[in-house]
Amino acid sequence: MKWETVIGLEVHTQLATKSKIFSGSSTAFGAAPNTQASAVDIALPGVLPVLNRGAVECAIRFGLAIGANLNRVNVFDRKNYFYPDLPKGYQISQLARPIVEGGALKIVVPSTGSGQSEERTIHLTRAHLEEDAGKSLHEDFHGMTGIDLNRAGTPLLEIVSEPEMRSSAEAVAYARALHTLVTWIGICDGNMQEGSFRVDANVSVRPVGQAEFGTRREIKNLNSFRFLQQAIDYEVRWQIETLEDGGRIQQATVLFDPDTGETRMMRSKEEAHDYRYFPDPDLLPIRLDEGWIETVRANLPELPAAMQARFQNDYGVSAYDASVLTGTRALAEYFEAAARACGQGKLAANWVMGEFSAALNKAELDIAQSPVSAAQLGALIARIQDGTLSGKLAKQVFEGLWEGAGEVDAIIEARGLKQMSDSGELEKIIDEVLAANPKSVEEFRSGKDKAFNALVGQVMKASRGKANPAQVNELLKAKLQ
Amino acid sequence: MSLSQDDVKRIAALARIEIDDAQAQATQTQLNTIFDLIAAMQAVDTGGIAPMAHAQEVFQRLRDDAVTETDRHAVFQAIAPAVENGLYLVPKVIE
Repeated sequence: MKWETVIGLEVHTQLATKSKIFSGSSTAFGAAPNTQASAVDIALPGVLPVLNRGAVECAIRFGLAIGANLNRVNVFDRKNYFYPDLPKGYQISQLARPIVEGGALKIVVPSTGSGQSEERTIHLTRAHLEEDAGKSLHEDFHGMTGIDLNRAGTPLLEIVSEPEMRSSAEAVAYARALHTLVTWIGICDGNMQEGSFRVDANVSVRPVGQAEFGTRREIKNLNSFRFLQQAIDYEVRWQIETLEDGGRIQQATVLFDPDTGETRMMRSKEEAHDYRYFPDPDLLPIRLDEGWIETVRANLPELPAAMQARFQNDYGVSAYDASVLTGTRALAEYFEAAARACGQGKLAANWVMGEFSAALNKAELDIAQSPVSAAQLGALIARIQDGTLSGKLAKQVFEGLWEGAGEVDAIIEARGLKQMSDSGELEKIIDEVLAANPKSVEEFRSGKDKAFNALVGQVMKASRGKANPAQVNELLKAKLQ
Repeated sequence: MSLSQDDVKRIAALARIEIDDAQAQATQTQLNTIFDLIAAMQAVDTGGIAPMAHAQEVFQRLRDDAVTETDRHAVFQAIAPAVENGLYLVPKVIE
């Protein structure tokens, strides 16, 4: 039987506010335990929540960025459950009237093998504001659990997609596009190791052609794109095997274990919490006025999707390259500055995604820390374009820029990296090479094409890489005829 | 609508309240009285009226995003039953 995978994602993004959603405590990561937990955060009796305007504004920004409907009146509800890191015994969240409903995100799914990359639009169900819980530390405190409430009350935007993804690759492409967007518009720092962007995946399978969804299992708390892919792939295999063996899927919540690469059951539906939601009487409904929304809209930067379209039009890069180049706002801005400096969009794209990104990765640096500025990279590319440098020599100049050896032209001059343009000088080298390699010349004349490549190699070597390969080919051919 | 013994025991379990059969019986009777009252209110025709989230027609006031709280964990932890390395200690619960 052929199976189809159905995936929907719920993403918890920690909002980049200075203070918590309902109190004036700091949200900075990494403070000593409980030093950023106020009376509201630890739920002392008699305290009341006061909503942070900054958190609401982040939600408005997001809603506008995905073209969603902003509920002009939205409401906070209590979601009741007992756990020690939730001191009130309920989480303040939004159920019936969330701040954001609808909207869509364009994704580019990388090609598998030789196929083309594919563009798709994923629709969003909703996004709502809520508070994060504290942290439970289960290391041994004499058989007790340690509770740190610094994270309690950190503002979250929970972003829920429609079940529209059909493979782990699509789910990862969506999660990446969402990660790009929330960091791009500055509402989340996107730090996955610190838990700023946490993904839950709802996964089910059904026979191809069946209209109803299969029973889903929810994989909780995936904090890397790699784990997201691995967890979904494992879960899909497991569900298909279970069904093909005549078993049934039970609705359940599962955890992914990165060490074994497997998912295991956390709780079944029967044990699932009954949250008993109701409107929080401590908080009045939230009203978004038009003036506020328009001010936020006016301050939105150019968004990744718009920039991708523009890069394809203005610089002639492919849809996939445009999506890579807009992976972060910093990368997009860097590319555009380099492309403008040299007037060569495609070449700039290749350099930014190739040599430049590889060097950053190797040195474990952010773009902001790059020793090579966009203007310098642009100047380097201009020297390739005007024939001064071959691709190979350009890489040497790039290394020089990276080491801080000065500007492009100065490095070319100082290291003697100019491509040989004088054909007289090149002819002299070719004559020497032909004289020194009579055997290769003999072989070529007797029909061995390989011998020609050997001669080209010798000429390039003798010119110390400075000869123009196309010119070498041409002159060598002429001489051998 | 009326609640069964099983409903009462399930709600108690969700609220982490331990009750015996006699208490469950008494609670069932009390809760059903409350449900009778709700049933009486259900008689009112609310068709076409949007549900209210709050009893007053006012909206939430918002606070500026600024850190105004200071570290007071020493005071708070003075009344906690068990504390270690700045953490509140509670009986072990693992999901």
